[in-house]
Amino acid sequence: MLASLLIVFREVLEAGLIVGIVLAATEGIAHRGRWTAAGVVAGVLGASLLAFFAGALSNALSGNGQEVFNATILLIAVVMLSWHILWMASHGRELAREMKDVGRAVRIGERSLFAMSVVVAIAVLREGSEVVLFLYGIAASTQAGPGPLLLGGALGILAGAATSWLLYRGLLVIPIARLFSVTNVLVALLAAGMAGQAAAILAGIDLIPAWGYQLWDTSWLLSDGSIVGRALHALLGYSDRPMGVQVAAYVATLVVLIAANRWMHRQPIRRPAPHHREA
Amino acid sequence: MKPCAPRRALVIVVATLLALLRSAGADPPTLVKLTIKDHHFVPNQVTVPAGQRFRIELSNQDDTTDEFESYDMKFEKIVVPGGTIAVFAGPLHPGTYKFFDDYHPDQATGTVVATAEN
Repeated sequence: MLASLLIVFREVLEAGLIVGIVLAATEGIAHRGRWTAAGVVAGVLGASLLAFFAGALSNALSGNGQEVFNATILLIAVVMLSWHILWMASHGRELAREMKDVGRAVRIGERSLFAMSVVVAIAVLREGSEVVLFLYGIAASTQAGPGPLLLGGALGILAGAATSWLLYRGLLVIPIARLFSVTNVLVALLAAGMAGQAAAILAGIDLIPAWGYQLWDTSWLLSDGSIVGRALHALLGYSDRPMGVQVAAYVATLVVLIAANRWMHRQPIRRPAPHHREA
Repeated sequence: MKPCAPRRALVIVVATLLALLRSAGADPPTLVKLTIKDHHFVPNQVTVPAGQRFRIELSNQDDTTDEFESYDMKFEKIVVPGGTIAVFAGPLHPGTYKFFDDYHPDQATGTVVATAEN
């Protein structure tokens, strides 16, 4: 039971950390609960479908189907996260101000919610399909008594979801005026990490050059295999032995996002025109 | 914000990827063949030359789905019952590298030994 709990927990944790950040980053936007839930549901449905077609996907594209699919959805998530950051750069201050004034959910930003809903769906889809395949394997196995294993799996899902909730609640300790600056940094690192992962996957099947297969080795310090290593992998894109192209994609994404963010901040804040009377 | 910004970002991403797409042209890499049966790898230890890229092909002869994974060699791939998949690995420094089935990590483990050529 403990083994299956750990296996499921690790997968759910990776998706859960992303969901936790999305929850904090969309704090105070009306209907975000609905959008997040929709993302989770879409992700679970997609994961089940993906699990069902796992064999077909493996054989697709001369055996590279899984890799190309994973890299593609990661890149879609990168675009969506970037969209959120740029949207926040132009509306974040307004949002924080309104939330302070009215002290309740504000009705702007539903467009940004769509992007984040897609990110949640992708995170759940990626890790969820592995959970579905694993649990299905247990349920279908002829060994007697899959009960404890399935119970372990269920507990693993709960533990992963709880970690996600803790991250979200932890981030809410940050005062609302600062919250979006912090979540924007986290979202940017998330996007960079995913871009790096996508590049590593594509270089892993020799579709793009690797620019060096092991730029450094910090596995003695923090292994990708440890729980902390996996959490940092999901959150920041940490890799103990990264490829050159992975680091390049990571840095390029961060640089583009920082530059775009600066540029957006330099634009004057658009406000509704004040009602002024000609005297 | 300008609504075209995300689209432009997407164009940049795609253009960069396409620019990177060029053949990594080299000799066909060494192929190592493994099977997994009763949740054990056969063979569970293979030797490859250090400093070269190689492929590992895995056939799943069990009736459960497995996830062929290695932190040391950075691959992770689902293999369905009766299915065969292949992953690239290396180039490796001389040493021992672990791989496993992430769905049965206690039983299904193996190692790749990379040896320097004389």
